[in-house]
Parts: sequence; C-alpha cells; structure tokens
Amino acid sequence: MSSINLLIDIVLLTMLVFTTIAIVRSRSLFAIVMLSGIYSLLSANIFIILDAVDVAFTEAAVGAGISTVLMLATIGITGYEQKKRRTISWIAPMVVVVITGAVLVYGTLDMPAFTDPSAPIHQHVAPRYINDSPTEVGIPNMVTSVLASYRGYDTMGEVIVVFAAMIGVFSLIGIREKKSEPIHAEPPARPILQVMAKFMIPFIILFALYVQFHGDFGPGGGFQAGVIFSVAIILYTLTFSQQDAMKLVPPWVLKRLASIGVLIYGGTGVVSMLKGGNFLDYSVLAHDPIHGQHYGILIIEFGVGLTVACAMMLIFFAFISRGDKNP
Amino acid sequence: MFAVTCLAILVVMGIALARAFIGPTVYDRILAVNMFGTKTVLFIAVYGFMTERPEFMDIALVYALINFVGVIAVLKFVERFPPPSASNDE
Amino acid sequence: MTFIIDALSWVCLMMGCFLGISGAVGIFKFDEFYSRVHAASVTDTLCVFFIMAGLVLQSGFTLVSVKLIFAVVLLWLTSPVASHALIRSAYHTGLKPKLKTSRKESAKRGQS
Repeated sequence: MSSINLLIDIVLLTMLVFTTIAIVRSRSLFAIVMLSGIYSLLSANIFIILDAVDVAFTEAAVGAGISTVLMLATIGITGYEQKKRRTISWIAPMVVVVITGAVLVYGTLDMPAFTDPSAPIHQHVAPRYINDSPTEVGIPNMVTSVLASYRGYDTMGEVIVVFAAMIGVFSLIGIREKKSEPIHAEPPARPILQVMAKFMIPFIILFALYVQFHGDFGPGGGFQAGVIFSVAIILYTLTFSQQDAMKLVPPWVLKRLASIGVLIYGGTGVVSMLKGGNFLDYSVLAHDPIHGQHYGILIIEFGVGLTVACAMMLIFFAFISRGDKNP
Repeated sequence: MFAVTCLAILVVMGIALARAFIGPTVYDRILAVNMFGTKTVLFIAVYGFMTERPEFMDIALVYALINFVGVIAVLKFVERFPPPSASNDE
Repeated sequence: MTFIIDALSWVCLMMGCFLGISGAVGIFKFDEFYSRVHAASVTDTLCVFFIMAGLVLQSGFTLVSVKLIFAVVLLWLTSPVASHALIRSAYHTGLKPKLKTSRKESAKRGQS
C-alpha cells in the first residue's frame, strides 16, 4: 500500500518537473498558459495525496480556473510570443544565481530535519489548534477554524490583498464601458454552447453556495465559493457577450459589493470589540461562546466570498474589455 | 484494484502531458489539457477510494465544472485572437 | 454477494483503464489533429462511465455514490460539448483536416 503511494508520488513529481522545464524553455506564451494549467492540476493531485484537501480545493478553483482565464485575457493584451531578448553575457546572471543558491542551501542547514517531530512547526501552535479546536470553536473542519478564527487577522489580510489587487487593476486599466469597433470579426454564434451554458450556470451557482456554507463541515469556504461563483458569470460572459454579462451584474454594483464584503469582515471584528472581546474574537457574539464562533465564522466567510467573487468578476471584465481593443 | 486503476490513469496523464509538450498546433495542447483535466477528476475519485476516504469527491466535482469553463475560455480566446500560424503548423 | 460486486467492479475498472489507455495511445500516435480528437473524445466518455461505475459498485447507496453519478452526468454533458467546440474553432480558424480524397472528388462522388 505505501509502496504504491510512493510510486504515485514519484510519478506525479516527475511530471511536475517535466512541466516546469517545458514552461521555462517554451517561448510561446499560449503554450505556457496551457502548461501552467496542467501544472496546477498536477499540484492539486499532490495536495490531495498530502491530505491538504482545502488547499487542493483552492488550487482547483483558482489555479486551474480563474488564473488560466485571467492569463489568457492578459495574452489578449500582450500578444502570443515572448519577445526575443538581446543576447547578453551569461556570466553575471550565472554568478548571481550561484551565490543566491549557495545562500539558500546554507540557510537550509539550520532547518530541522525533514519529518523531525521536535521541529518548531510541530511544537509551537499546531498542538493547541489541533487539541483545542473542537472545544473552543466546535466545527468539524479544523482548517476552517484555524483560517477563520485563530488566524482571523491573516485571512483578513488576504481578503484585503484581493481587494487591493482589484483596485490596482482598476487604477491601471479600468473597464471600458463603451464598446469600440472590434478589430476582428465577431466569432459565429454557438447555439450548442449557449444551451449548455444555460444548463450549467445554475448548477455552478448552487455548488458555489454549497461550498460557501459547507465550509464548516467539509473542504471549502469563502475563497473557493467566491471563485466558483465568478466562474459561473465568466462562463456566461464567454458564451454570450460582455455587454450581456455587464447588464446582468453591473460593474458599479460589483464595486460596491466588493467593498461591502471587506466591510462585513472588518465590521465583525469591530462588533466583537464593542461587545467586550478582542478584535475578531467571535466568542462574545452570542451568549454561548461556541455559538458565537459559529456565527462569526459564517459571517466572515460570507464577507470573504462576496469580496472574492466581485473582485474576480471585475478583474475579468477589465481585462477583456481592454483586450478587445488592443490584440 | 484501485491502485491499478490509479496507475493506469497516471499513465494516461503522462501521455497527455507528452502531447501537451510536443503538440504542434494550439489545439493539440488544448485537447491535451482537456484530457488531463478529465483524468484528474477520475484520479481524485479513485485515490479517495484507495485511501478509503471518498469525501474527496467535492474536489473532483469542482474540477469537472471548472475544466469545462477553462476549455471554453481558451477556445473563445483562440477564436478572437487567431494564433499566428494555426493553418500551416503541421 | 460481495464477491460478485467485487468482480463486477474489477471488470468495470479494468474496462475503464483499457479505454483510457487506448485513448491516450490514440492522442499520442495519430498523426493529425482531428483523428486525435476523435480518439480522445470517443474513449473519454465511456472510460469515465466505467471507472465511476466501478466506484459506485464499491460505495453502495450513499451520498458518495450520488456525487459520483453527478460527476458522470456532468462529464458526459461537458466533455462532448468541449470536443465539439474545440473541433469547431479549429475548423473555423483554418486548420483543415487531412482527407484521403480531396473535397471536390468526394462531392463529385456524392452527386453521381
């Protein structure tokens, strides 16, 4: 049994290495995007083998779905091929790489041995999370309790990073609301795809809601649900048109909703401070600390999902409205 | 029996990967990625059974959904910006 | 009874593996894009069905088997549509299939 697991590990890691080499050597940006899609599929398999189900879930939704779509939209702006660079001397980069590598290897000498049980990572906070999570937070999925309750600050930072990325995209390119003359002929209408998309979108949204509210019990949570939800809208945009999608979810509504998501997260922290606890300490939200934790986690996951979904849709709209003009 | 199936799926993945590397046209790469995605769904399902924790199916479902959207996005992109050498690549 | 179920799921899984590998060989060996799509898409659907059927037989009637069946239905709907869209955009952007006889000749033969 374990030898089979070892074999599977080796095969997957070998494929990962080959994919990386191919990505580095390839000059066609399109091939690189395709290969990085494969890379994320492979790494999700490895996460599953390592039992990191929530990470695999995120990789599935973000790595294989959204990032491929966004990178393609970027290629729409930049063009297919990597520019040929002037041949410069390879000595200076080589020296830099060798020195950096040597420093990194030197750094690893201080690290505890692999699978050493007395390593700090196994001693510091992990035992407390694992032992006390059932009594302190009381939800079955320990990852969610660490992510949303013990490490609420970090997760709030992540949400703000997504929000800041959206603001960055907007201050750089923004959405072109008016459609300019398309340079390329419109692709032919595709009835089969449209029927299929109409059939699929409700299921995708339903699944996103399931992931959102099932995060306490199984793998999932706000980040994944937000991405899956935005994938539904992206499918709609792709099979119909951007104008239709922007009529369905107008960007001004999305902008406000994304901000409201961050506000919900921060507001929960402020409310818990007002009720006499620490910032993002949900135990004071209800009479029973465990119920308070449940409410707090549900509310902040909702905020996370809202922000992520709206930010992803807005970034997608911004990219494709620009790519149309400047292929 | 799940182990054998896992290994067979890995073999298929490896061959699809080879096609994604060499694939002369853009569409060959898309085909390989699509096949890789389907096989990933199967792999996750079978691996869950192999380790006797079949609750991994949620992730497999996400893949089945996302993979489709990914392929459609790629195709839409290729149609809008036709690759420079699609017709005479082979 | 368990023996019969085990044997059935063995058969299903092995059929699925065989179909999957034959599809992979097809995608690798065939020398032209359209025949590669043909090899991949035709085997894909039945391969998914057989492997998932083998798993359903093992899991019995639970939530897991419902999810498995859902995955099969999903893949059955999406995979052919994806292949169709792939071939259609390949054809529309000018990738011509290699034909044994040219288009004119086959049209002539169809008329006569």
